[in-house]
Amino acid sequence: MRILKFLLRKEFRQIFRDKSILAMIFAMPSIQLIILPLAANFDVKNVNLAIVDNDHSTYSQRLISKVGSSGYFRIIEASHSFKEALHTVEDNRADLIMEIPAGFERNLVREGSQKLSLAVDAINGTKAGLGGAYLSRIIGDFNGDVRLQWIQPGRFNEATVIDVTSSNWFNPLGEYRFFMVPGILVLLLTLVGGFLSALNIVREKEIGTIEQINVTPIQKWQFILGKLIPFWVLGMIVFTIGLLIARLVYGIIPVGSLATLYLFAGVYLVALLGFGLLISTYSDTQVQAMFVAFFFVMIFILMSGLFTAIDSMPPWARAIAYMTPVTHFIEVVRMIILKGSGLADVTRQLLYEVGFAIVLNGWAIWNYRKTN
Amino acid sequence: MKQLLVFIRKEFYHVFRDRRTLLILFGLPTAQIMLFGYALSSEVKNINLAVVDFSKDIATQQIITKIQSSSYFNLQQSVLSYADMERAFREGKIRAAIIFPTGFNDDLRHVNKAQIQIIADASDPNTATTITNYLTGIIGDYQQQINAAAALPYQIQTETRMLYNPDMNGSLNFIPGVLALILMIVCTTLTSVSIVREKELGTMEVLLVSPFKPILVLIAKAVPYLVLSLLDFALILVLAVFVLDVPVRGSVVLLFAESTLFIICCLSLGLLISNITASQQVAMLASMMGMMLPTILFTGFMFPLENMPLPLQLVSNIVPSRWYYLIVKAIMLKGLGFGAVWKETVVLIGMAIGLLGISLKNFNIRLA
Repeated sequence: MRILKFLLRKEFRQIFRDKSILAMIFAMPSIQLIILPLAANFDVKNVNLAIVDNDHSTYSQRLISKVGSSGYFRIIEASHSFKEALHTVEDNRADLIMEIPAGFERNLVREGSQKLSLAVDAINGTKAGLGGAYLSRIIGDFNGDVRLQWIQPGRFNEATVIDVTSSNWFNPLGEYRFFMVPGILVLLLTLVGGFLSALNIVREKEIGTIEQINVTPIQKWQFILGKLIPFWVLGMIVFTIGLLIARLVYGIIPVGSLATLYLFAGVYLVALLGFGLLISTYSDTQVQAMFVAFFFVMIFILMSGLFTAIDSMPPWARAIAYMTPVTHFIEVVRMIILKGSGLADVTRQLLYEVGFAIVLNGWAIWNYRKTN
Repeated sequence: MKQLLVFIRKEFYHVFRDRRTLLILFGLPTAQIMLFGYALSSEVKNINLAVVDFSKDIATQQIITKIQSSSYFNLQQSVLSYADMERAFREGKIRAAIIFPTGFNDDLRHVNKAQIQIIADASDPNTATTITNYLTGIIGDYQQQINAAAALPYQIQTETRMLYNPDMNGSLNFIPGVLALILMIVCTTLTSVSIVREKELGTMEVLLVSPFKPILVLIAKAVPYLVLSLLDFALILVLAVFVLDVPVRGSVVLLFAESTLFIICCLSLGLLISNITASQQVAMLASMMGMMLPTILFTGFMFPLENMPLPLQLVSNIVPSRWYYLIVKAIMLKGLGFGAVWKETVVLIGMAIGLLGISLKNFNIRLA
């Protein structure tokens, strides 16, 4: 125990000596947490629309003004031909083209039906899908207006109507930041913990100081614990700062219990640090450690369900997503902060992190050899 | 000139001697592009949906069957009460619920009007909106079906064309994005480490006392990484085209030229980081921890840049991968020529020159 105490003192000193690393550990995540959630906004409100009106009739004008006043679309151009409109899509200025064919009004009124063509820049699927859906809905509304104008009341039986009401739970205003801030906090914690611990042992290897430790009667587990505990403390501080920023800057106050949140964060950090140490024991140089850590952390980040929904992934990818510790932590942080889920609701995920922590740290201790 | 070539050769030896790092350099991006190419898509599928059916009649059955037959939803075991539903939400087992009040079918047949309630878990607002849209669409279909007897006059039909991506291949948007992201992080980090490493190990002194201009030292260091990065790019491109079915509609030569420019830009950024940091650890933390999330967000393949507040849109302009992503999308997916990407090209050239200039100015000939 005394040995561990000395080791810890040494590690803490080492960390606090290098001011630029300290700044990196605390300032960088804080700044990113303040700024980045504002950038991660997926409200599809400003869909850019180019319009080709070949009809120039009252009806086509009415349709265009209806679309323009809906609040979802920015009409960026009224083009003379489809070809011209296509240029706006090529330049990324427009996401959608609506083309009103010549004879639109006449055909609609005389022949009772008329086609309208939409062209969607389908490279970005979400925007294409949502924009197309909004536009179809507006056109449907417009269609209803037209019908109402031409069909005398009483001539038809009233059509059957299913009235759909929808409500959004846990985030009634659909604030995107409530969704992003907890997730980004987890990612930043992952970056700090993962990279720092991955670099650590290998640094001693590269500089040669590890030999000195290896010739001392320090046990493997003491050495690893000595590395782990300081980073764990730093991680918890970063997590606390993050929660404060979420509260002060974004007004996010956890609905659920802070104790559960901290318990989970504590276990998660142990798992993550074990992962970093494991990489460290397998690498020869800091560059190698860094790239391996980069590889996994990027998978953690992109497959964590923060940016794209896990449910939509193919089954094998979903399996990978659920194998990574980040996925569970993001899920749990959201559940506790936004939905107020309790310890009982997150037991499954907690057990998973515990298992992860034991396996990774055990592996790291086993793989760290004192003779090298 | 001969000196420079000798120097470059030495740097190549350095790089190729380290087999493990090489393996990492080629293995990792390959694995990543495959993984993300298949796994990421912006579609919303397989949503866990609970049905709370207080009516249990023929109409609700028909609607439920209709929902079941779409690939968007996984119908969970019907929950029986509001309390069950709430618990399922809190445990994260469902993303949405659809509620039929009692007497649904009776209302529909006799009053011509019935109600359905949709509840979505808006802790993910975008998915919630999409789910609500899907469900409303399916119910709308059903409504049309029962109204079909009375065919409606004055109908506007819409015909939608999916430009550039008729099959709605979900990964099409992500491949150029991930490509830009991987190249940017890998190139920048590699170079950022290379110089600081010599400083740390003390070999930099040897270089600086040699009769060799500092700029040539920088060039010699950068050339092997440029070559490696281009090989990496070629590998990713081959995988994208032949394995992930991403088309290259435009000119491959132009694509390579633009990629070279982008890589030079990233290498210059790496040199700059290398010059202003004192240890490998700080250099790597700066280039990875500091750049990873901003690059993901500001490249524009995850979140639309035009939704960001104006100051952040301005910030996104200084991220090189943002411009490269536009170029790749235009050439690969839209099949456009140089005329469509010249502005982005000019920006990248400007960045490369600017970054190189600052790096050179900061490149200390004497060490502390």
